[in-house]
This record gives sequence, C-alpha cells and structure tokens, in this order.
Amino acid sequence: MIEIRIHGRGGQGAVIASTVIAHASHHAGYRVQVFPEFGVERRGVPVTAFARLDRSPILLRTKITNPDHVVVLDPALARHSPVTDGMREDGCIVMNSPSDEGLESLQGPWRLAWVDATEIAARHGIGTASAPIVNTTMVGAFAAATGLFRMEHVEAALREVLPAGAEANAAAALEAFEALRVMPSPVTGALQALFEGGAR
Amino acid sequence: MKTIEPGTEAPPTILTGNQAAAWGAFLSRVQVVSAYPITPQTTVIETLADLTARADWPNRFVNVESEHSAMAVCIGASYGGVRTFTATSSQGLALMHELLHWAAGGRLPVVLVDVNRAMAPGWSIWTDQQDSLSQRDTGWAQFYCSSVQDILDHVILAFRMAEEASVPVMVVEDAFVLSHTAEAVSLPAPAEVDRFLPPRRPAFSLDVEKPRAFGGLLGPDWYQEVRKDLHESLLRLGDAAPRIYGEWERLTGRSYAPVEAWGVEDADVVLLTSGAVSSTAREVVATLRARRKRVGLVQVRMFRPFPGERLREVLRGVPKVAVLDRNCSFGHHGIFHQELKSALYSMEAAERPRIYGYVLGLGGRDVGPRALQEVVRLTEVREAPEPETTWIGAVLPEGPEQEHEEGVR
Repeated sequence: MIEIRIHGRGGQGAVIASTVIAHASHHAGYRVQVFPEFGVERRGVPVTAFARLDRSPILLRTKITNPDHVVVLDPALARHSPVTDGMREDGCIVMNSPSDEGLESLQGPWRLAWVDATEIAARHGIGTASAPIVNTTMVGAFAAATGLFRMEHVEAALREVLPAGAEANAAAALEAFEALRVMPSPVTGALQALFEGGAR
Repeated sequence: MKTIEPGTEAPPTILTGNQAAAWGAFLSRVQVVSAYPITPQTTVIETLADLTARADWPNRFVNVESEHSAMAVCIGASYGGVRTFTATSSQGLALMHELLHWAAGGRLPVVLVDVNRAMAPGWSIWTDQQDSLSQRDTGWAQFYCSSVQDILDHVILAFRMAEEASVPVMVVEDAFVLSHTAEAVSLPAPAEVDRFLPPRRPAFSLDVEKPRAFGGLLGPDWYQEVRKDLHESLLRLGDAAPRIYGEWERLTGRSYAPVEAWGVEDADVVLLTSGAVSSTAREVVATLRARRKRVGLVQVRMFRPFPGERLREVLRGVPKVAVLDRNCSFGHHGIFHQELKSALYSMEAAERPRIYGYVLGLGGRDVGPRALQEVVRLTEVREAPEPETTWIGAVLPEGPEQEHEEGVR
C-alpha cells in the first residue's frame, strides 16, 4: 500500500491533482482510492487531499496519517503547514519551489525533490500569468520523483480528468518530469563528510 | 464526462460514491428526479442533472424549495407510474419524514440515496447513521453500502426490489468516506441494466381516463389490513433479495447478500458492522486472522427488512458478537445492537452468542484499525457484556475522581 498526501491552498486544485494521480495510477495497474480532506474548504486556506494505491483491493477507509509521499503545491506552505508530519522514512517530498533555497528545513530520512512548477505552468499558460495553476504540472514531477507511473499514464489521465486543455497541461507535466531536481540527502552528506574526514 | 453508447460495455472508470449513485439512477433510466441540495449529497444531484439532461428518454428534473417538496414530487410522479429518484442527507431526510411514511403507505417504489450525515446540533456535515436509522419505522427498505461500486450497483438493485415489492427503498452511503471518495468502478452496459430492470409496470397509477382516489380515508375496518400488507411486502422483499442479488451476480460477476460473513465458523469474537466501517473491518479481521486470532466479521447490508433469520443461522454457536454502532438510540443502546439482541432472543441459550455493544465514530470521528482492534480486545477480556453500551474514543469531561476503565475513554 502506498499512501500519498497533497498539500495546497483552497483553489489550487489539490483534489484535481489527487484525481489525476488516481487515474494515472489506475492506468499503471494500481487499485486506487482518493479523497479530499473531509469537510469545508475555503479559497486560500491550506488544504490537503489524499490517495492510496495498491496492487490488491483497498479495504481501509480511514484517514491517512503516515504518508509515503507528500506533494506540496504552494512554496509558502513549506513554512506554514506541517508538510512532513507523519511521513514514512523511505518516502519522498515533491516540492513546488523556485529554488532549493530554504528547503533544508524539510530534509529528513526521506528524499526531497523540487521543481519550479509555478514558472513552468505560467509559461504553458495554465491558469493566469499572476496565478498559474500548478497541480497538473506537479503530477509530472511526482511521476519522476516516485516512478509509480509513466508520463503516458499522466497524459491519459489528464485527457480523462480535464474538461479542456489536456495538451498544455501534459506538456507542462512533461517539462516538470524532466526538470525535477533531487536535494542531496543530509545522511549521505554526513556519511560523505565522515568518510572524507577519516581519509584525511 | 463520458457518454453512454447503448449496447456497449463501458470501460471501468473512477467515480466518487456520489457520482456512482447518480450513474446508478441514470443507468436505471430514471424518469423523474426531484431533490434539494444539501452537503454532502449535492454532487449526487449535480451529476444526475448533467446526465439526465443528455438522456435519450423523456425525463424531468424538478427543482424544489425543500426536501419535503422533493419527496412530494417523487410521490406524485410515482403515483403517475414513472420511475423516480431523490437523494438527501441528515436534516434534509428529517424534513422528509412525514412524506417517507406517505411513500411507503402509498406503496410507491421511490428510490432515495441518503448520504449518512450526523444530525444537528452541534452542526456537523460528517458521517454517522443517526439520520437514516431515525427513519427505521417509516416502511422503507434500507441498504447500507461499503464501497463506491456497492453504491452504483445498489441504486439499480433498489429500483428492481422496490418495483417488485411495491415499497420504497433507501440506499445509504457514508458522508465523505464514500460520498467524496473516488475509486475504480465497473459501469454495467446499459443493455444489461435494461435486461435486469425492465421499464416500470405499476399495478395501478394515476390515469385521467380511469379516475381513482389515492390515499383517501381508511377506517378501522380496513386500515390494519393495509398496514399488514405493507409489513408482509417488506418481508417478501427480504425473501426475494438473495434471488435478485443472484441475478445481478450472473450479469456482473459481483456478489452481494443481505448479510455477508467472513471467518465466522471458527471465531471466538465476531464483529458486526454496517456501512463503510465494514470495509476497514475486513482489513482488520484479515490482519488479526493472519496473527492466528480467531476473529470474524458479519456485515449487515440490509437493515429493513431486518435479516433476523439469516443472522441466527450465521451466528449460531459463536461465543461473542461485538456490535459496532455509528449511531445511538439515546437512553438505550446502539440501534444495530438492540436489533441484533431482539433477533437472537429466540435462539436456544446454548447456541446464542453473548452480544457486546459499542458506539463509535459519531459525527465523522475516524474509525480506523486501532479503534476496531480495541473493540476486539475489550470483547475478548470481558467475560460478559457490560450492562451499558461501551463508547469507543469518546473523551467525556468527567471529574478527576472518576476512574476511566482502561482504554475506554
């Protein structure tokens, strides 16, 4: 069972992101279960959406408290929301971020990857220039970070989920897939320092 | 949104519980829909408004100013002989209460999807079963679903059962846990649904050429006979349910039963559940059995008519049954708990299980494996049931001098 949590703000399309992940995973042969945060949502406030994937039928119908992977749609949420809460050690955080600056605070035993989805989505004309919609772009980044499904699955999912504009969204997702960067692990870094120290 | 090509098998797709409910009504070729929006039901009627607008058969979507009027429209249309559907939740279902009696007494096969939502106050949009179970004695059949596929299938099944027995049927799904949760579902081909559910042929209906009175004065010389007929029709629906489920299984490969059981034969403790909790409980029971714990599960899908005979068969000789109620009949017990006790009372004492009652998950409180394992543990350690219902996970503001029983806070 793989559990995923998506952080965004009301209006940024966290639920659509989870739905695209569900459709893409379904095409990749997974059983899927996706759900929003149960309750009321308002534009601009931090929100979460969730997905479960498994190779066998998913019977659990409870909240997700220990996600394997976390997707963060809004760079500012890294400072204001508990995005790493309950994360499993062998998982991955996929951040929308203009650079790796300030991401150190999110580091842990998990992998940390980032892409400037806002810039990519804006360039592809998704949303408006001042408020690009990054949810579909981030699904491409998620595919690259986790390898759970391929870009062809994302493209098929976008065609199913979006009422229009699947091509632009797919192009942005593909660009994010290729542009994703992985932060060097602090553990690897420490080991390296130790090793180098020992060799000196 | 996909369109239906008549006669072709639609591919599996990903739907929420509410979308599945709407697809079920659409595939049943519903003719009149009337509903008033309420969270968390709204997406049922949004989806169905969209689908019926593109339907290739005559249909009407009637907007109204309240749930009371919605049910009134369904009743009027159903008297007219057409297939009618509505959906609601919580306070909306409560507002329909008077007319729920009317639909049942009028012997009208209306199908209603209730998205289980807690009753106010305190204001809650989250799930529990208080709304639907408060309508227990209206003469409606009730089926509780535990997956999105269940919901789609049960709306179609409900029309078939309702029209065969001339009684209204309520299909119940948990708020958010099912209503807003998306999973892959199989959409049956329209031609298959048409074979399973032919057009409605009412025994009587409004006809200006042949005027009749409906719901007129009925004195003491006949009223009781009519009520007895309603009661017996519901019992017959219960008898017919396994046959109708069987037909559905031959058509779709998906099997259901009024009472479903896992691992009951050798169990020391059997959990008895309804609704979405049943799904999580299956996972928990599988996990516990893998650890060689003798735990079983009984899921009650059909609440009215109550499957007492089947429950007596399935639970015969089981030492302990733990009933999980996401509801409470205040001042007595959880409702499934008291219903089960009443159904098993006629058994021989030697083969009758001890029945333990637990109330949990009210107002959308998450019911996860930990709560279910706690229920199993408490039932194992207690030689006999407590006289009062045990509340799981309720932190009551009690004085410090009162001691909490371990794990029951």
